[in-house]
Amino acid sequence: MTTYREAIRTALRRLLLEDSRVFLMGEDVGRYGGAYAVSKGLLDEFGEDRIRDTPLCESTFVGAGIGAALGGMRPIVEVMTVNFSMLALDQVVNNAAVMRHMSGGQFEVPIAVRMATGAGKQIAAQHSHSLENWYASIPGIKVLAPATVQDAHDMLLAAVEDPDPVFIFEHQMLYGIEGPFDPNATLSSPWKAAVRHPGSDVSLIAYGGSVHKAMTAAEELEKEGISAEVIDLRSLRPLDRPAISASVSRTHRAIVIDEAWKTGSLASEVSATLAEEAFYELDAPIARVCTREVPIPYAKHLEDAALPQVPAIVEAAKRSVGNG
Amino acid sequence: MLRIRRLEEKSAELYAKQKIRGFLHLYIGEEAVGVGAMRALRDDDNVVATYREHGHALVRGIPAGEIMAEMYGKANGCSGGRGGSMHLFSVERRFYGGHAIVGGGLPIAVGLALANKMKGESRVTACFFGDGATDEGEFHESLNLTALWELPVLFICENNRYAMGTAFARHVSDNDIVNNPPAYGVHSETVDGMDVVAVERAVHNAAESVRETGEPRFIELRTYRFRAHSMYDAELYRSKAEVEEWKKLDPIEQLKDRALAATLITGADIETIERDVAREIEEAVQFAEQGEWESIDDLARHTYARDLS
Repeated sequence: MTTYREAIRTALRRLLLEDSRVFLMGEDVGRYGGAYAVSKGLLDEFGEDRIRDTPLCESTFVGAGIGAALGGMRPIVEVMTVNFSMLALDQVVNNAAVMRHMSGGQFEVPIAVRMATGAGKQIAAQHSHSLENWYASIPGIKVLAPATVQDAHDMLLAAVEDPDPVFIFEHQMLYGIEGPFDPNATLSSPWKAAVRHPGSDVSLIAYGGSVHKAMTAAEELEKEGISAEVIDLRSLRPLDRPAISASVSRTHRAIVIDEAWKTGSLASEVSATLAEEAFYELDAPIARVCTREVPIPYAKHLEDAALPQVPAIVEAAKRSVGNG
Repeated sequence: MLRIRRLEEKSAELYAKQKIRGFLHLYIGEEAVGVGAMRALRDDDNVVATYREHGHALVRGIPAGEIMAEMYGKANGCSGGRGGSMHLFSVERRFYGGHAIVGGGLPIAVGLALANKMKGESRVTACFFGDGATDEGEFHESLNLTALWELPVLFICENNRYAMGTAFARHVSDNDIVNNPPAYGVHSETVDGMDVVAVERAVHNAAESVRETGEPRFIELRTYRFRAHSMYDAELYRSKAEVEEWKKLDPIEQLKDRALAATLITGADIETIERDVAREIEEAVQFAEQGEWESIDDLARHTYARDLS
């Protein structure tokens, strides 16, 4: 068993050891060891040239990562959290995403950008955003959301190897989780969704931190005789639409769980996909379990009430199968 | 400089004929900057430019035909018709674009220089931007980061006195841009951007210093655009008299007068140059006219390295 953060560090070490073009930069990735202790020890092992503490200038260090990728390097940029990544959004949307297309295929940006996302730690409205859906709506970049320890490792390897810009969203509640991990496992494609729990009555479709809540919900539903299939989207762009439709073709009911606000969320995109591609497979209306449309509050009971929780997922599933 | 002037005049004409669409920003008046600076750089240096970059691209060696075809939106354009006037690119010429978000190209230049430093290459990354970009946070962040990490970037500020339509004194608190970089420990100087010889000399010296020390430098080139900001601009923010005053400093006329006075060239030479340039531009238009439109079937091409569907 390994923790999520150790799995990412294992991947970072492997990449740094195997490819001299790889380097890590971001705020407090060196001396501090990373805000979530992911890169702890790497500065001592690899030195300041390859583990670069940046000033607090998200736009410029993300842009510099793009420039370094254009210049033949394989930068891994850690933007401490998604909350700060808005300061670099121009570089993402106007440079990383468009460079290949706008130059007629002459230039590519093989950059990997990692950042923490999500709520749940009582750090209030400015530090609890889930904005993966913003990124997942942009053609030209790819977006991954590892939910498991193995994926946290494998997806970073895949992102650095990829010739396109890849953004990895690591849910902040997952860094400490433990799970089975084999550093030498054959890499599965990161662009495909996975069935984390097989079931036949209802599909619980989730990604990132919400996958674990969906798993718990599936176990509770099982006790009540409802067989739920948990789909982990894994890749948010490209979205594995065939896997989503295939699951609903088996269960005929869909609950989509997403820690983002409901309006314009990935849950909306998944729901629309089902409406377009699997409408006649549905035996019940699609339901979305998302974050309430308020800024995330500090107080624990209010934060809990704002976020998607297991009871809400269970309730939605029961309503869908007609037992609610 | 004459090649740029005539290319731009032809572009304006073709814009009126709707052969060129979208935004078109002409370089007329500022030619000494692009020509002087490009001639001072080496072929294996990197160039990052702005949306007013036809001149830089041309002097850097992108053929006039490919630039014109790009403005037409044709497949034989230097960006395959996907970029247009503001987004000229050439991997062969290490021309990393035409960037049209003011200040957005600076971090890219920082990253290119970082890559060069980490790979042990001795390239200079020349980053062009206007006075408007010095208002942006990325300008200050980039100066800080290049100074902190000792990165070989040559920052070239083309101060044409206007951030689109906002006069310099109305958008910069300190009337002297050169005062900014020293606050970050970056060497800074101001040069007459209407004098091509002075520009070439200054950029050459600065580039070689960057190459030798690996540290960034900043040059402000004071210049002026004779034409409107873009083809949509009614120029309500400046007087005709001001424009006429600057036209007296026309970089092409200045060089012509000096070269004639020093008997380096004759009137006949100038006629020959004019004829050659006219032919080049005519051929460029032909190249663009004869170019193919890319198939709509290829619309999604180059969004990713491989088709995702």
